[in-house]
Amino acid sequence: MAAKVSSRRSVQTTVNQIALIVLSLVCLGPFFWLLSTSLKTLPETVSQHPVWMPNHLEWQNYKDAFMFDSKRLGYIPFLYYARNTIILCWLTVVGTVFSNALAAYGFARLKWRGREIFFVITLATMMVPFPVVMVPLYTLFRSMGWIGTLRPLWVPAFFGSAFNIFLLRQFFRGIPFELSEAATIDGASEWQIFRTVVVPLAKPALAVVALFTFLGTWTDFFGPLIYLVQQKTFTLSLGLQFYQSQDAGTHWNLLMAATAIVILPLIVLFFFTQKLFIQGIALTGLKG
Amino acid sequence: MSYAQRQERSGWLFVSPWVVGFVGFLAYPVLASLYYSFTDYSVLKKPIWTGFDNFIQLAHDEVFWQSLKNTAYFSLFFIPLSLILTLGLAMLLNTKVRGMAFYRTIFYLPSLVPQVATAVLFLWVFNSEHGLVNAFLASIGINGPGWLTDPAWTKFTIILLGLWGGGNTMIIYLAGLQEVPQSLYEAAEIDGARAWQKTKNVTLPMISPVILFNMIMGIIGAIQMFTAPFVMFPSGTPAHSTYFYAAYLYDSAFRFHNMGYACAMGWIMFVLILVLTMLSMRLSEKHVYYGGS
Repeated sequence: MAAKVSSRRSVQTTVNQIALIVLSLVCLGPFFWLLSTSLKTLPETVSQHPVWMPNHLEWQNYKDAFMFDSKRLGYIPFLYYARNTIILCWLTVVGTVFSNALAAYGFARLKWRGREIFFVITLATMMVPFPVVMVPLYTLFRSMGWIGTLRPLWVPAFFGSAFNIFLLRQFFRGIPFELSEAATIDGASEWQIFRTVVVPLAKPALAVVALFTFLGTWTDFFGPLIYLVQQKTFTLSLGLQFYQSQDAGTHWNLLMAATAIVILPLIVLFFFTQKLFIQGIALTGLKG
Repeated sequence: MSYAQRQERSGWLFVSPWVVGFVGFLAYPVLASLYYSFTDYSVLKKPIWTGFDNFIQLAHDEVFWQSLKNTAYFSLFFIPLSLILTLGLAMLLNTKVRGMAFYRTIFYLPSLVPQVATAVLFLWVFNSEHGLVNAFLASIGINGPGWLTDPAWTKFTIILLGLWGGGNTMIIYLAGLQEVPQSLYEAAEIDGARAWQKTKNVTLPMISPVILFNMIMGIIGAIQMFTAPFVMFPSGTPAHSTYFYAAYLYDSAFRFHNMGYACAMGWIMFVLILVLTMLSMRLSEKHVYYGGS
């Protein structure tokens, strides 16, 4: 009986292992095609018989993707895209962490009239999809002369967002209130308590917010699509589509090299912060 | 100044950036958008009040219905498929197989890829002549379909794209599965429960709130699906088969400069999300188990 059960188990384990290996291969397939194509010559990408692996690794493609300048297809200022994306990510991360930490502290650790009702309203606004506010925001930024600049994409980050406030508030409430009281008795102001007591203890939660804000900004397509006008102000996500050419035939090898360059920083970041990532998703998913 | 007064003052000071953000970037745009949805508005000229004209026009707009149908079709297949597939993966990973962290990383990686990059990549992977998928199918003697050119297949390609990037959902499931007390499985084993009985009577009820959460997030995401179809199929080619709701909304606003019309579409989208979310909560009430409460 026991032997039967354990043999059934080992069969099950083997089946599971095989399923996982097959699914992993399916999952990695597009990544393989991305890397393989990014190292091919142009004729190899469109040859009659599929070239699985290039004969010679064309690392030159990566350089060309950065310097893409073909008379027929026009100049693609990839380095500008990269610079804009980095500037934008830096500003949104700083703004988001700072403004939401402040607001969350106000909601979690201070008593003031109207706090509960304002918090409920804040939560309710999480349901509003972006297309609802898209047009008025566009007109607002247009009247300020901000269309065509990065400002509509990072300035709002300095004024908080409902979801991050909610997330940080949960975390701030878990920090023992005795610590604040002790500091108050020692004569510390709320700002000092915020800086020296709560923020240092809330570093994991702030890191999660920073990480996902970075990821969201790096990958955002819709925002840049609406607000940016000139190629030189574009971000990587928005600029990527210009490697695709409607009429002259796409340089798939260069497009794949450019795509790899856009993805790579995210994958490197993931490997360095894997634990934080997994915890962060579970946190936002289960408590959110 | 008393302690309570100081708290009162600091409280408002700390939330003051959010007060500005809330009023300027949320409350005002929401109200303005509601107003615009009843107007003829093109940014360049002042909005003109037209009552329910936009909504009546939408009801007779074939492209609107087509985009709504496409989005509904995508959602109806994508959401259940994604919920089942990612749950299956999470359960596989939760069986304490060797190399769990390794597989978890592999399945999560695609969801790190920006959707515009996934779109560009899938244009190439599913290219009917030179793509990986049809090259692979040809090597085993199958003549692959026109994934990007045949209206019968294009939506399916986008569904596959969505499934490939489902790592987030899987991680949320996995976290839920790991919170199921081991003692429940042990008790079920003592009662002689088989594997599928444990799944049906322990696992599924215990993670039902997580399933509901993922379902609601799936609905919200699917209705707003934009980037991949927009990048892969400009203007919903072929034959409007991939013209999604959000893409038509974007086009109405920024290509046709019909801002009032776009706002009306935005509000319909909002109402749809609200109704479907409430409906899934109501219908699942009896099936979702929330611990002791």
